[in-house]
Amino acid sequence: MNRDELLKSLSSLDFMAVDLGLYLNTHPDDCEAVDEYNRIIKAADKVRMKYEEEYGPLCSFRSYARDGWSWIDNPWPWNACFNVNIEKGAC
Amino acid sequence: MWIYEKKLEYPIKITKPDARMAKIIIEQYGGGDGELGATLRYLSQKFSMVTPQAKATLNDIATEEMAHLEMVGTMVHQLTRGLTEEQIKAAGLDPYYVAHGLGVYPSAASGVPFTAAYIQSKGDPITDLYEDMAADGAIA
Repeated sequence: MNRDELLKSLSSLDFMAVDLGLYLNTHPDDCEAVDEYNRIIKAADKVRMKYEEEYGPLCSFRSYARDGWSWIDNPWPWNACFNVNIEKGAC
Repeated sequence: MWIYEKKLEYPIKITKPDARMAKIIIEQYGGGDGELGATLRYLSQKFSMVTPQAKATLNDIATEEMAHLEMVGTMVHQLTRGLTEEQIKAAGLDPYYVAHGLGVYPSAASGVPFTAAYIQSKGDPITDLYEDMAADGAIA
């Protein structure tokens, strides 16, 4: 996967994890949802590791530093060029 | 505590600046029912919650609202990037520009700066949850 594909995949998985986490806060006994949550976290971990190996740290004080201190490198998420194109119709 | 992750919750890639749109979007950044208000509302109210479900929900929604705040700020930033003097004047963005340049400042669309007076935290979980529904129910 290239950078855009990795970032899009990670964003999708994280979005699912956030929403499932919020659901589980009020439905903590839903075993099916817990299993799905863990499946998504596992998948997101793999993608996050691949992204960081190639494109630098995603987190402050949680990621390993590679190639010096590349945390400060451009672009940042608020720059348009950081973000992936979402094709028409995808939501 | 919090950990910053160097990505947006949802990608924002605006290629064409639009001063008029920025003037409206800023409401969701620093307006009465905007993301900053939502973040502070939930962060403050979580301390009064009684049930495990409500504590977790307010804590985690406060966190998510922070991610929304960054996305709305990103939209304003990208919508105003590279605007010319003519474009700023034509859209009526000049009163904002004279005070903040093209910086992203937490204010309402009307220009009123963000204030904690927009939110409440009463120490009573039911009262606070009703306040949340009024503020965030329609535009969560």
